[in-house]
Amino acid sequence: MEIWMLLTIFILACFVGYFVVWGVTPALHSPLMSVSNAISGVIIVGALLTAGNTDAPAAETLGLIAVFLASVNIFGGFAVSHRMLLMFKKKEKK
Amino acid sequence: MPGWIISFSYLLASILFILAIRGLASPRTAPNGNLAGIAGMMIAVAATFCSPAVKEYLLILAVLIAGGIIGTFSALKVKMTALPQMIAAFNGLGGLAAVFISLSEISAGNPTRLESSLGLIIGAIAFSGSMIAFAKLQGLMPARALLLPFCRSINLVLVLAVIILCIVFIKEGQTNIFYALAALSALLGILLILPIGGADMPVVISILNAYSGWAAVAVGFSLNNILLIITGALVGAGGSILSYIMVKAMNRSLLGVMLGGFGTEVSTITESENKTLAARAGSPRDAAFIMENANKVIIVPGYGMAAAQAQHVLKEMADDLRQRYDVDVKFAIHPVAGRMPGHMNVLLAEANVPYENVFELEDINREFTTADVAYVIGANDITNPLAKTALDSPIYGMPVLEVEKAQTVFFVKRSLASGYAGVENPLFYADNTIMLYGDAKEVTAEIVSVLEEK
Repeated sequence: MEIWMLLTIFILACFVGYFVVWGVTPALHSPLMSVSNAISGVIIVGALLTAGNTDAPAAETLGLIAVFLASVNIFGGFAVSHRMLLMFKKKEKK
Repeated sequence: MPGWIISFSYLLASILFILAIRGLASPRTAPNGNLAGIAGMMIAVAATFCSPAVKEYLLILAVLIAGGIIGTFSALKVKMTALPQMIAAFNGLGGLAAVFISLSEISAGNPTRLESSLGLIIGAIAFSGSMIAFAKLQGLMPARALLLPFCRSINLVLVLAVIILCIVFIKEGQTNIFYALAALSALLGILLILPIGGADMPVVISILNAYSGWAAVAVGFSLNNILLIITGALVGAGGSILSYIMVKAMNRSLLGVMLGGFGTEVSTITESENKTLAARAGSPRDAAFIMENANKVIIVPGYGMAAAQAQHVLKEMADDLRQRYDVDVKFAIHPVAGRMPGHMNVLLAEANVPYENVFELEDINREFTTADVAYVIGANDITNPLAKTALDSPIYGMPVLEVEKAQTVFFVKRSLASGYAGVENPLFYADNTIMLYGDAKEVTAEIVSVLEEK
């Protein structure tokens, strides 16, 4: 794909991120970090693409390691966020 | 599967990720936000599995599930007080994943050398930096700033070496250079984080968070993957904004934090002045008596509360005061209290403190004048009035909680020692200050037992 199109998407996404993150309440800054950390695990998509390339065995192995690391990141990140957010939610009922 | 379905799934995943962060605008919508994030991730992974580039399924799925089990297990097992290092560790894993993806691409002969190099460099720095941050937070190494001789010059040389190697690799394309680049970047990450002290950890964690996002962007560019670019940009922007907020809350520059050394300077002027002054010590019984007769008590927690795990007993104290003695109890949180952004809020939430009772610095600072008691537990620098007056102090200009305006200030501390910034706090010697020496949890527990006697 053309580099300029990717760059355009990138810059626009930065703007979206900028405005969305400023809307986050300071009390939830810790969950913001763990949620965004889990989301950055989307790098697993890149890992899957390289691990699925069976034509190059070395690349496949390296990709598999990346899949594993990103998977720990994703599951751990979402689970920690879930735990944290449940604690904030409990207060609602009182 | 036709390509448009994959593209559409990626679009859907991007929107869900944006909604996930958007959900954090309020504690009410946040859990649904997290679910949106999970849904987005499932769609992204499923769509990628169906793409024609992936020819192997079982092995990948096994590895993915293994990682998932380990990640979930450790996330559910970790104590809430160990959250900062947990987040640092997960950040590091994301960075390391970027490193392996870049290595994989280069070994497969992917021609996007610039993008792969960027993914490698950012990922390696995020990984090794996060490991150092983890070690410091976990207490595996001293949390104080470690200033090596010629540290800054070495870092400068390293940065130049990384840039030169990167250019050489783009031109020559030898894998050996790529490995060297990985090693140098990892070393740079270590040396960048070593000189940063414990109190600056909220900034460090935010920066590393941003790095893991930028690494995803770089990988996205090298694989021409729009989803990685969009999501990485979201995370990168988020981490950068958090770093900015944290740096602002300390009135420091990002460069100043990165160059490190905070926490090594000691202000000598105030020390000599205070030699003649004596701090007044009180007992938990005195504190209980004063607080039960108060109309309004503001509690100011700091890292010491987290270290002593005093949040539950603190909540008991607040409940007793409110229910038995009809005292208005509020919590005041400084943005950089603790070791990560929002650290205190999470701990208080864990202890079931209603978030309506928890206030940010700018919302509560003027209320100290009408408060009878400020109960400072395990905090120091964030209350230091020198930040407003002492031009030569390392914390000058940092916004502080004006606890001295309350009628009586209690400091729960182990000793009169200065905080992380190495600055002595003149408040300890003020007329309206009473020191409660001891462990934050034990002192508060004693107050609770006195409050519940009657």
